[in-house]
Order: sequence, then structure tokens, then C-alpha cells
Amino acid sequence: MKLLTHNMLTSKCMKGVSVGYPLAINALDVRVSEVDFNPEFIARMIPKLDWNVLYGAAESIGQLKDLPRDIIENFESNEDFLKKVHHVLMEVDIINGDLICPETGRKFPINNGIPNMLLNEDEV
Amino acid sequence: MYPCMKLKHLEQRLQDISMFDKPKIVLEQYVTPSHLGSHMLYTIQSQYGDIEGKLVADLGSGCGALSIGAAVLNASLVTGFEIDEDAIEIFQENCQDHELTNIEVIQCDVLKDIPSRFNKAFDTVLMNPPFGTKNNAGTDMKFLDTALRLSNNVVYSLHKTSTRSFILKHTESLGVKAEVLAELHYDLPSTYKFHKKKSVDIEVDFYKFSV
Ligand SMILES: C[S@@+](CC[C@H](N)C(=O)[O-])C[C@H]1O[C@@H](n2cnc3c(N)ncnc32)[C@H](O)[C@@H]1O
Repeated sequence: MKLLTHNMLTSKCMKGVSVGYPLAINALDVRVSEVDFNPEFIARMIPKLDWNVLYGAAESIGQLKDLPRDIIENFESNEDFLKKVHHVLMEVDIINGDLICPETGRKFPINNGIPNMLLNEDEV
Repeated sequence: MYPCMKLKHLEQRLQDISMFDKPKIVLEQYVTPSHLGSHMLYTIQSQYGDIEGKLVADLGSGCGALSIGAAVLNASLVTGFEIDEDAIEIFQENCQDHELTNIEVIQCDVLKDIPSRFNKAFDTVLMNPPFGTKNNAGTDMKFLDTALRLSNNVVYSLHKTSTRSFILKHTESLGVKAEVLAELHYDLPSTYKFHKKKSVDIEVDFYKFSV
């Protein structure tokens, strides 16, 4: 599971959960795999991200590298910055671990890179 | 016209995809045939430029026929949503065989577990949804409603030709522009044992919905 996906996932569909975001990450196995860099795409994604959540997620799994604390000015034309974001967003893959609902503590297992967000009947 | 891999090469890539081991009939697990899938994806990219560099979702991604095709055509990232872990396992083997790193899968129920934070997150949503049988009629419509909610631009989908007027009316009422890009014959495979014949030819429409 990439951190771009983590930035979108919530546990809001659960009964009794009001925000369910961000999900905490317990990463047991993290892998980095190369993904083609498309600066336009990354520039287009940045305004849609919750930057604090991305930063916090990367920090919590020890993959911050040199990602700046805040989005910089004129990021669209700063290839160096876009590459750093690309790396954290697209190339860091959580292979095994859990996502944890911030309100209920419910764990969503990540196995072999796949987060399992299926809820039981009594949870919806 | 937009740049696109040759149709023949795309079709060859899709021919290599492993299929469902034991297809589950309740989930309507059958693979989009490589001929049909490659033509769909080729049209989506070459005519409309809706794959390359895009964030793409595939609802009910199964073994990955559409997801892998979109990833091969250089989607920035394809996210498959699939309920069944056996299908996901085959999906992942297929991604590895094709050496693709621009693909994700989320295990979830498309009808229940996709939170609102995903609304309008994707540029392009692709799907070959379960058409719905006697017991779950209208499943494809529920998939369509989810797809329209997740997309900020377009949805490409297959639906039975017999439901066309219903679909056009429904999408019009939502203010969504619907176009039938092609009428196709779809050979539902013989793995569907409850059908008496070896395979059943059904008529399906290939749609482009613009939200
Ligand atoms: C017709 S198959 C298409 C498979 C694949 N997209 C393809 O084109 O080859 C429909 C897929 O939807 C999945 N599915 C059915 N109901 C679902 C649900 N409620 N949520 C998520 N996936 C579902 C099935 O397991 C199956 O893989």
C-alpha cells in the first residue's frame, strides 16, 4: 500500500465513527520500489493531498528522507521537490502491518501490500 | 488522437493474464476477454487520452484485466477495488508477471466500504461490473453510482444492452452525460455451469459517462 492510498483511506464507513482519519500505521515490512516519475501528475496531486497526514505517515514509518515539513512555493516547477514527493507518495510500499482506526482502535490488516477494509455486518 | 501503444501489443499483454481459479458465481467472476478489454482500453487512451498520466480506479478489479491494461498504458496509478481475496491473489501474481509497480489493490466491498474521502479522487474510473442476476438485480447500477461518485471526470463501463434506456434515463437525471461508444457481444464463459449451453452470447454496451 502506497502512502498516496493511505492519504485517502478512512474508517468513516464504520458505525459510530465520525471522521476516522488519518488511520495510524503499524508497519512491519516496508519496501521501496521504483515507479516512473511523472512531474505533472505529482504537481496535480499535491493540492489534493492532506500534507500533514502524508508527512506524519512517512515519519511514523521512518521513510521521511528529506521531505520538507511544508509544501514549498512554486512547487509545480521545482523538479527536486516533486521528486521527493513522488518518492514518498508512490515508491514507499507498506507490505505487511495494520492500519488503525483513530477512534475505535479497529485494525485493518495489510497483507502482501493489500489493505483489507472489509467491514463485518455488525460494524456498518 | 492521443499517443498509445499499438493495439496488437496491448492485446498480447492482456492475453498473458491468469484467470480466476474457481470463479465464484455469486460474485459474477469472469474475466474481460483480452480482445474486448484491449479494444476498450485502446479507445479510452487513443481517442480520449483518459489513461496515460491519470489516477485510475477499477471497481471489481478481479484478476486485473482492466487494471493491468491501464497500468501498461502508463496510468500514473491504478487502484483496484475488489472484495474477494482469491481474486486479489491472482491479481497480484499478474502484476508481478507484468513487472508493474503503478498498481494498488484495496480489498473492500465496492457497495459499502468506499468512504467519502474518495469522492472525486480519481480522474478515470473503469469497470466491468457484475450485471446482477435474479438475486442481486441492479448491482451494476449500484456500481455505476459509486463510480460516478469517485470520478472527477469520466467513467467507462459495460452494461447489458437490454438496460440501455434505463441507464440513459438514470444518468440524465443525475446530470451525467452518457455515450454508448460501442455495442459488443460478450461471450460469458462456460464456467458458468448453470447455463445449459457452452457459452452464452450477451449484448453489452460500452459506455463513456462524463460527470
Ligand atoms: C465481471 S468481473 C470483472 C473482473 C475484472 N474487472 C475484469 O474485467 O476481468 C466482476 C468482479 O467484481 C467483483 N465483485 C463483485 N461484487 C463486488 C463487491 N460488492 N465489491 C467489490 N468487488 C465485487 C467480483 O469478485 C469480480 O472480480
